[in-house]
Amino acid sequence: MDLILVNLIDGLVTGLLLFMLSAGLTLIFSMMGVLNFAHASFYMLGAYFAYQISIALGFWMGLLIAPLIVGVIGAGVERYGLRRVHQYGHVPELIFTFGLALLIEEMVQFIWGKNTMPYSVPEVLNFTAFSVGANSIPAYKIFMIFTSVAIFIGLLFVLNKTRVGMIIQAALSYPRTVEALGHNVPLIFMGVFGVGTALAGVAGVIAGPVLSTFPGMAFVLGSIVFVTIVIGGLGSLWGALVASLLIGWITTFAKSYNIQMSDILNGVGIATPENLSDSVLRDLWTVTSPQIADILPYILMVLILIFRPAGLFGKRES
Amino acid sequence: MNDELTTDPSKPSQRMRAGSLHLTLTPWVVAAFLLIVLPFVFTNNSAITIMNQMWITVIFALAYNMLLGQGGMLSFGHAVYAGVGGFACMHIMNMSDFFASFPLPVLPLFGGLFGMGLAMIVGSFSTRSAGTVFAMISLGVGELIAACSVIIVAFFGGEEGISGDRTYAMPFFGNEFLQPIDVYYLTSFWVLLSAALMYLWSRTPVGRMANAVRDNPERAEFLGYSSRWVRFYSFVASGFFAGVAGGLFGINYEILTEENLNTASSGVILLVTFLGGVGFFFGPIIGAIVFTLLQTVLSLQTELWAFYVGALFLATVMFFPGGLAGVLMMHVPAIKMGKAGGLVVPYIKTLLPALIGILGLSALVEMTFHYRHAATGDNEMTLFWTTFDSHAILPWVIAGVITAVGLGIARVTAPALKEAWSEANSAGGKL
Amino acid sequence: MSTPALELSGLKKSFGKAEIIRGIDLSIGKAERHAIIGPNGAGKSTLFNLITARFPPTSGTVKLHGEDLTGLQPFQINRRGLSRSFQITNIFPAMTVFENVRCALLWAQGYKYSFWNLVSKSRSLTEGADAILEQINLLERRELPAGMLSYAEQRALEIGITIAGGADVIMLDEPTAGMSHSETDYITDLIMKVTAGKTLIMVEHDMGVVFGLADQISVLVYGEIIATGKPADVRADPKVQEAYLGAALEAEH
Repeated sequence: MDLILVNLIDGLVTGLLLFMLSAGLTLIFSMMGVLNFAHASFYMLGAYFAYQISIALGFWMGLLIAPLIVGVIGAGVERYGLRRVHQYGHVPELIFTFGLALLIEEMVQFIWGKNTMPYSVPEVLNFTAFSVGANSIPAYKIFMIFTSVAIFIGLLFVLNKTRVGMIIQAALSYPRTVEALGHNVPLIFMGVFGVGTALAGVAGVIAGPVLSTFPGMAFVLGSIVFVTIVIGGLGSLWGALVASLLIGWITTFAKSYNIQMSDILNGVGIATPENLSDSVLRDLWTVTSPQIADILPYILMVLILIFRPAGLFGKRES
Repeated sequence: MNDELTTDPSKPSQRMRAGSLHLTLTPWVVAAFLLIVLPFVFTNNSAITIMNQMWITVIFALAYNMLLGQGGMLSFGHAVYAGVGGFACMHIMNMSDFFASFPLPVLPLFGGLFGMGLAMIVGSFSTRSAGTVFAMISLGVGELIAACSVIIVAFFGGEEGISGDRTYAMPFFGNEFLQPIDVYYLTSFWVLLSAALMYLWSRTPVGRMANAVRDNPERAEFLGYSSRWVRFYSFVASGFFAGVAGGLFGINYEILTEENLNTASSGVILLVTFLGGVGFFFGPIIGAIVFTLLQTVLSLQTELWAFYVGALFLATVMFFPGGLAGVLMMHVPAIKMGKAGGLVVPYIKTLLPALIGILGLSALVEMTFHYRHAATGDNEMTLFWTTFDSHAILPWVIAGVITAVGLGIARVTAPALKEAWSEANSAGGKL
Repeated sequence: MSTPALELSGLKKSFGKAEIIRGIDLSIGKAERHAIIGPNGAGKSTLFNLITARFPPTSGTVKLHGEDLTGLQPFQINRRGLSRSFQITNIFPAMTVFENVRCALLWAQGYKYSFWNLVSKSRSLTEGADAILEQINLLERRELPAGMLSYAEQRALEIGITIAGGADVIMLDEPTAGMSHSETDYITDLIMKVTAGKTLIMVEHDMGVVFGLADQISVLVYGEIIATGKPADVRADPKVQEAYLGAALEAEH
């Protein structure tokens, strides 16, 4: 029982972190039709900037400043890069953001090298918040949960209660109409791109200390984020939330319970073959759930795509 | 490679018969001749290894362009089809009885069949739509299979991969493919055959419809074709040739590992293809040759080669979406009008200083990198055959000045080039 | 009486709560030239999209030569001999004019998804495409990318693509929309020429074109057909006069 609770909390942390990325990605996608392949690269930039700032000014200034810098860079990328490529169509846009992801990774290696940065949890939060049975829950995890939830409430407030939010929501569904009404849609695009990447930056700042800050961190998380929004349904914020939490919990539970495939197969009545080591399928029998935890999201995605191509919350393509 | 350039519209039934055979055959004959002659020019083994690598990349890039250029499908996981084809070939190499029953040159065919088989399975659900959704599925499936490589050890061999020995095949006219040069001719044979087949594919009904579906899937549906099936056939054919490339990789290196499957490899082939140009059949060929050269030459010179290639790639996407082939073909109208000569001097005036400026810039980049990452006390670095102290001021000043002057001159002469360009491409004047 | 070329019965379509097509019964005989007219927003284009399965109908059936088309996809309907053009020009802009027409011929000539035939080796494809180009007067443009044609030429090409496959039921969605008077005359003659002996169903705003081409007219108002008949009868029908024609004719002059 205790273990379940701990896993629920861990999965929630992972899920919310994923959602912070997939929310920005979804906003950008539904607004501009661009799937920003470099989204996780901005997450990485957030972590690195925050680390650099935290050396001089401490963790909290990093949390404050790094996302702003990332957002400004993001807006610049939209203004001077993406807008130029936009005229060629969606596929070149996607290729552009892919190239950007490559280049950002190379630049990070150029500046900070290939090693993991000693970016760590701040002293103030480095204690045990409470214990569940024999397992202690670090305060930093609670802090992560609260930060991400606070950001979403803020985001929901902006989207639903402010004028800018209304325009953005309208532009999500009817970009041309909104443009015809005299709103500066390119400016809105740039803003949304900046805010989306800044959100990824925040995720990087708070994830950097626990998931470690290294040049491959963008690719590790990046593809999972794409899987998330495909599962949730491209362009659906609620889908992104549900899929993020789903993936967070599935992977956490799969990692903590060591279930072997042979147990499952025996359970459904298939007997383990006599001489397993000679069988071609031997790897299938000996696979354990922690081993496949990281590919479960991909399997889930393939299943979703076969049985529900538009994703969990996606609108059917007309 | 364009068989419809010279036509007489007034005689429809005779169109493109005249000259078309001659026009299409010439490049192939030239290519075959070059493939045969090249090992006599570059005789050492490392050059032959590089050329083998190049031809394999050519096949893979052409296969990739069947999707991206011809069919408008952007894949982030195409290495998987080459990889699975390659792994299948390695397993066949290790089945001694079966492997001894046919000569080695046949092996890539099996790679192709396995790549095709996988493409049929994945294509059955991934080709429902093109664009973003297709790209995401390809990424997910690619990651999935790459991740499987450490789990399904029986097929992918885990971390060590699968290795084999190509010489156990049935001798091919007495040849056991012990020498790199033997493998070179095997690879060359396959590159020519695959390229020809892929070119012919683009001229078949399903190949033409691939273009139509890329441009306007809805209209294609109202012409009696299912967009999905057209995509599916392109996808399967592309999987076949990717598998052939994978098989050739297996023959050349006698080992396949997770690296042949992962997203990085898939990214490289996208980069190669786009750099070469997706709009023309020969684009990926140029891309594969240029990229392999860049990779081998640059990676010997600098640790930062991936950074430069990334920057080049991004610049290509932003400024030359047609890639190298597009840049080359841009000059065709001027050449046809006999006005290309007027471009030579302006080109030299702008591109030469620009090149010098870029070299200066790269010197600054290299010096920064050395300054930041070299071991403490190691202040000496060698750049462009000059050894100097990266902590002294003078080298920085020199590099800075070269950069500024080079780019400055290029900036000043650029308007003249622009003018020469529009002059060379306007139909007026001498005609 | 023989089976009608196209028969609609009880066709309805709603988008959300809005019922756009409210039950249409219509029978169009073989080789008939049938124009569907009606004020803006009457649902003419929606009706076209229902017939060609671009959208599924909410209820009702469409029969082509007596065969029920329910559940078929656009490409399957096309293979059964129904071809359509679009209100917004819908061609393959990056391909040459000739390629556009040749692609339209492929299925009709039985090439299907074949990868063992070379298109350039087929005399019947080349000659067929050139014959179409000759009909639509675009032979001199055959090697140009279709996107570089003038608007009227693109519309002509669209008609060429539509008829190329040899379908015997041709549906044209506002073929003369946005054209000048001389271009309209040109396209009208063209339609007359290329649809000879075929069933033609067209949506059109230009009354000159409608009365010049059609031998049957249906008037669609708010998703319902309020009158069907010969041009003269429809013109005289007081209901039509009231609902639509008067206003439209006034706008014409």
